[in-house]
Amino acid sequence: MDFEDTKQEAAFRAEAREWISANAPSYLEEHLEKSVFATVNTGPYDQMEESKKWRKTKYDAGWTCLSWPKDHGGRGASPIEGVIWRQEEGVYGALNGPFGIGEGMCGPTVAAFASDEHKQALLPKLASGEEIWCQLFSEPAGGSDLAGLRTKAEKDGDEWVINGQKIWTSGAHYSDWGLLITRTDPSVPKHKGLTMFFLRMDSPGVEIRPIKQVNGQSGFNEVFFTDVRIPDAQRLGEVGDGWKVSLVTLMNERLSIGGGMPTGFPEVFEFVRTLDGADGPAIKDGAVRTKLAEWHCKANGLKYTAARLTTALSKGQTPGPEASIGKLVAGNMMQEIAAHALDLQGLSGALLDPEQAEMAARFQAMLLRSPATRIEGGSDEILRNIIAERVLGLPPDVRVDKDVPFNEIPRGSA
Amino acid sequence: MNFEFSEDQKLLADQVRKFLDDNCASSHVREVLEGERVYHEDLWAGIKELGILGTAIPEQYGGSGAGYLELCVVAEELGRAVAPIPFGASIYLAAEAILLAGSEQQKSTYLPQLASGETIGTLAVSERAGEVSPRTIALTAKDNQLTGVKMPVQYGTIADLAVVAAKTSAGDDARSISLFLVDLSAVKRDVVDSIDPTQNMARLTFEDAAAEPLGGAGEGWDILQKVYDRAAVLFAFEQIGGAQKALETATEYAKERYAFGRPIGSFQGIKHMIANMYVDLELARSNCYYGAWALGTDAAELPEAAATARVSATTAYQHCARNNIQVHGGMGFTWEFDCHLHYRRSNLLALNIGAKSEWENKLVDRLEARNAA
Repeated sequence: MDFEDTKQEAAFRAEAREWISANAPSYLEEHLEKSVFATVNTGPYDQMEESKKWRKTKYDAGWTCLSWPKDHGGRGASPIEGVIWRQEEGVYGALNGPFGIGEGMCGPTVAAFASDEHKQALLPKLASGEEIWCQLFSEPAGGSDLAGLRTKAEKDGDEWVINGQKIWTSGAHYSDWGLLITRTDPSVPKHKGLTMFFLRMDSPGVEIRPIKQVNGQSGFNEVFFTDVRIPDAQRLGEVGDGWKVSLVTLMNERLSIGGGMPTGFPEVFEFVRTLDGADGPAIKDGAVRTKLAEWHCKANGLKYTAARLTTALSKGQTPGPEASIGKLVAGNMMQEIAAHALDLQGLSGALLDPEQAEMAARFQAMLLRSPATRIEGGSDEILRNIIAERVLGLPPDVRVDKDVPFNEIPRGSA
Repeated sequence: MNFEFSEDQKLLADQVRKFLDDNCASSHVREVLEGERVYHEDLWAGIKELGILGTAIPEQYGGSGAGYLELCVVAEELGRAVAPIPFGASIYLAAEAILLAGSEQQKSTYLPQLASGETIGTLAVSERAGEVSPRTIALTAKDNQLTGVKMPVQYGTIADLAVVAAKTSAGDDARSISLFLVDLSAVKRDVVDSIDPTQNMARLTFEDAAAEPLGGAGEGWDILQKVYDRAAVLFAFEQIGGAQKALETATEYAKERYAFGRPIGSFQGIKHMIANMYVDLELARSNCYYGAWALGTDAAELPEAAATARVSATTAYQHCARNNIQVHGGMGFTWEFDCHLHYRRSNLLALNIGAKSEWENKLVDRLEARNAA
């Protein structure tokens, strides 16, 4: 048992480190380090421009989409090399935000189901950051119950005509392409009538509206489709096989979201050491210490669970649904830590301005963002189902709509 | 990165599990639970023969010198089987104290006896309710003779040899405490009832009992902390072993038990409860692996890693054992079902080398020390 790289891993790490130190935008380092929770700080520099620039620099030297094959614009690297790269990339990894969904979800789906021509045309541009992708899955009527989606696709000659609405689409407003799941047959049970496409986000009839969130930011969008036409050649998988295709996308979602989630522990530990409470530093308070111990055990447990998963990768194994615990634990922890940190501040905990609030308002930012962490990319409840059913083998819930034609499934009013 | 036990270590775990499946089934544990035996001598004899008592004791002192990672995998299996034997008291506590603080002669004399299992050791510190501190230790030593009461002492009526914490100077500071080795044959010993009858517990009354110093005068408290840190990792492996078994038992029952026309494990109220047990256990397992690494390499991080493993594994075992009963419903509360074996053991292990709240405090102390450094 050790934390050492193998000889091959050490060589890869050295190569990555050397290249990063010679090529990274070091003028951004001090700003990126100041990024508070859920934001990226690039100081006076334009965030998207800098993100694309770093992406392109990496692409030209073969350092994007590491696990992809070379002819798709990747490096053909092993999963463990991907982990090492992310460790070495450090703060500059914050610039990957706009490309994560393309690299982690859309790209692998295109690679698995698109024609060779499309793969050659699309994947290298995705890898280089020249084109950005979004994922058009969730709908007002289909979140956790994704297969309950209603956006219609109807065949018209060599084209499909799309009508409906998507929601919670990250980055739709700056994306060039979208991966779209639709219903092509409402007369069969819900999982059987779905079909997957990809389309240009500037296609006529696509309208994007940002969603104003609880924390005032707008990272997500609503996307409306009115008679949008997509060539049949942009279909991924067979007609009616959309569910099967989506599982490839979502399997990659869990892997790309699960690793290295922030928990808020280092921040709260620093905070209670410095906060001058009624009886001296807050860290001397018994109730605070009990919570700190609990949170440290969780944060440390996640860190070394990641080390166990990395070990599995290093041995060439593929981590399964076990990886689901990262987001489940981290999301809850962050929400709880935020509330406790505000509690210790008294009414000052209500302040939101980083100039006025403690610790540059990072706990207030956590408080207002963490509810989303517990929902996006698989809600807490869905993750617990996954653990119970796929890891522990417990029987699935009774699905009353499973064998019912989609257009006969009862709909609520909400 | 190789943060996993080796194939050889996993093979050892398999061997120990097979042995315990045959020799430490719940029927064996129940012989002790029902008071038919004070501890399971036949199982102890088998363990002696298997040669695993001396797993981490160096060869020069009669052990196999395999190492601490090997001892961790053994501990996990013992915890899984709720073994009713003094393995922990004798090996994680008494032998570790002698290894850490004993003179060359003490190590050569006692460690081979403990490694072979001919002698059973224990550690006697606690005297009354409340967090143990130099202030709560009243048993005194004068001219290497001990007078006072230790209660409760794990495996006190079975052990031949005890490491005893005694007051050797006035005051309540750490320097007032020294450790002694005592032959228990001349000490008055009474069985006391405990929440886990599968582990013997006793009251020891010392009246001018002959003792030999273990470690320097006034060093007892510091040695104890080191012993507890090492034992914390080993008991934590027993705890995750027990938690794993409780989780598996709950999961199997939830698949087989039907109510309202379907397996109860298909209800989210049950399956989410079990998923939460799994999450706590996985976090504890990862913390235990880190503790094992620190113990195995005698890393500077050991005090922090040990406290983390202890708190995390205590939480996980109590959680899994408690909710294993809940999943079983009323049947889980019967003497007949095995759920209570884990419920009892999880709550005993939560106390045996200091309560969870004490370890939480120690953990935060150590995090503060690291951040101040």
